[in-house]
Amino acid sequence: MWTFFHKLASPPHFYDISARFIPWFAVLGLLLIGYGTVAGLFFAPADYQQGDAFRIIYVHVPAAYLSMMAYSIMAVSAAIGLIWRMKLAHAVAAGAAPLGAWFTFLALATGSIWGRPMWGTWWEWGDPRLTSELIMLFLYFGYMALRAAIDDTTKADKASAVLALVGAVNIPIIHFSVEWWSSLHQGPTLVREGGPAIEPAMLYPLLAMIFGFTFFFGALLLARVRTEVLSREHRARWVRNMMMGESA
Amino acid sequence: MTEMFAMGNYGAYVWSSFGLTAIVMLACVAQARSRQRTVYQQIETRLKAMESAE
Amino acid sequence: MTPRKQRMLAVGLAGAGVVIATVLTLRAFEENMMFFVDISEVVQGNAPADRNFRVGGLVVQNSVEREPGQLEVKFTLTDTKNNLDVYYAGILPDLFREGQGIIAHGRLDANGVFVADTVLAKHDENYMPPEVADSLAKHAAEKAAATAVNQE
Repeated sequence: MWTFFHKLASPPHFYDISARFIPWFAVLGLLLIGYGTVAGLFFAPADYQQGDAFRIIYVHVPAAYLSMMAYSIMAVSAAIGLIWRMKLAHAVAAGAAPLGAWFTFLALATGSIWGRPMWGTWWEWGDPRLTSELIMLFLYFGYMALRAAIDDTTKADKASAVLALVGAVNIPIIHFSVEWWSSLHQGPTLVREGGPAIEPAMLYPLLAMIFGFTFFFGALLLARVRTEVLSREHRARWVRNMMMGESA
Repeated sequence: MTEMFAMGNYGAYVWSSFGLTAIVMLACVAQARSRQRTVYQQIETRLKAMESAE
Repeated sequence: MTPRKQRMLAVGLAGAGVVIATVLTLRAFEENMMFFVDISEVVQGNAPADRNFRVGGLVVQNSVEREPGQLEVKFTLTDTKNNLDVYYAGILPDLFREGQGIIAHGRLDANGVFVADTVLAKHDENYMPPEVADSLAKHAAEKAAATAVNQE
């Protein structure tokens, strides 16, 4: 078990193994997203309160979930990188950030499009859920800007890891904001006491979308980390051998 | 059929959400690819420079 | 202590520090973190008198008064303990209906009526088709009727 991880942490091994997972993740992700989209748009019944507008849930919830998932991966990798001095972990954190930023943007945008017809507003300043999610978008921007500003990779890794860890306090705030404070946003539907508060016919497409988005994200993350590893190791012999082998 | 796509007057909201999602996902893929290409090219230029120096 | 354990401790302590600082900050801003005020707070006079604020509650059944062809609407909000009359002139969200949870932004006038400039609708976290909602409501009504009979 440990030898597997030690091997995985070595860049050439990671580069080799990750390549095998990407196509599987991509295919599984696209299949699940395809099923979820069709079932969510056309086969799931309309909601008793919101009618067909509720179907935005099938893109909004997976995007919001991934925005937090990506940040968690980034923060945990940053901690591993700081404590164990593992370069691959820093590469994972750096690869997760732009993806997390995209999904945070998507969660905010689809939430806004959903809020207009249902709540009666595109955006409400002061709502704790909306505000904490927006803060996360700025945390991602700050993380990427900090990395881009420091030329020395080791220094950039350390500084950005500290920022990622400090910002991680926002993750529980996002999740519990709707329980701790009064909010325009409703409470959690899926992760709650007494099980999900959603009809099975509406739930299955949602679960398919959540898993589909996750696999899609996994494929993208692996691809980004591979590029990151390659650019960090550009002086290494294995990179040279590989590139020469490819061009020959 | 038209009714199915109308989404009971919420068509504009539902379809724009799904459309935006598709665009963002494609953007993610495109961004990852372009970054990969850039890094590949950088390394290749370096290796070629090394070869000609040898 | 190995260097690695030292780093682990440093990261842990820094993390704990950030969490404590955040908790203290949030505590300090507790009141401002509230997106809306409860009706009872407003009725007891605990709401700001000189500025706008948000109030949240349920629209009381049969309380919505509206002249045909007019934007002006009057309704009563409740938190099941206290009631508050609301006046609003504007377009209501699609989800506005009697029994619905709503949030109104505005201020109290001299007569204790809440004059709103914005009305937003809140919806709950339950998702189900209309037929299921109907049958749930029917069951709830039957149950209530049965308890009423039993109590007699």
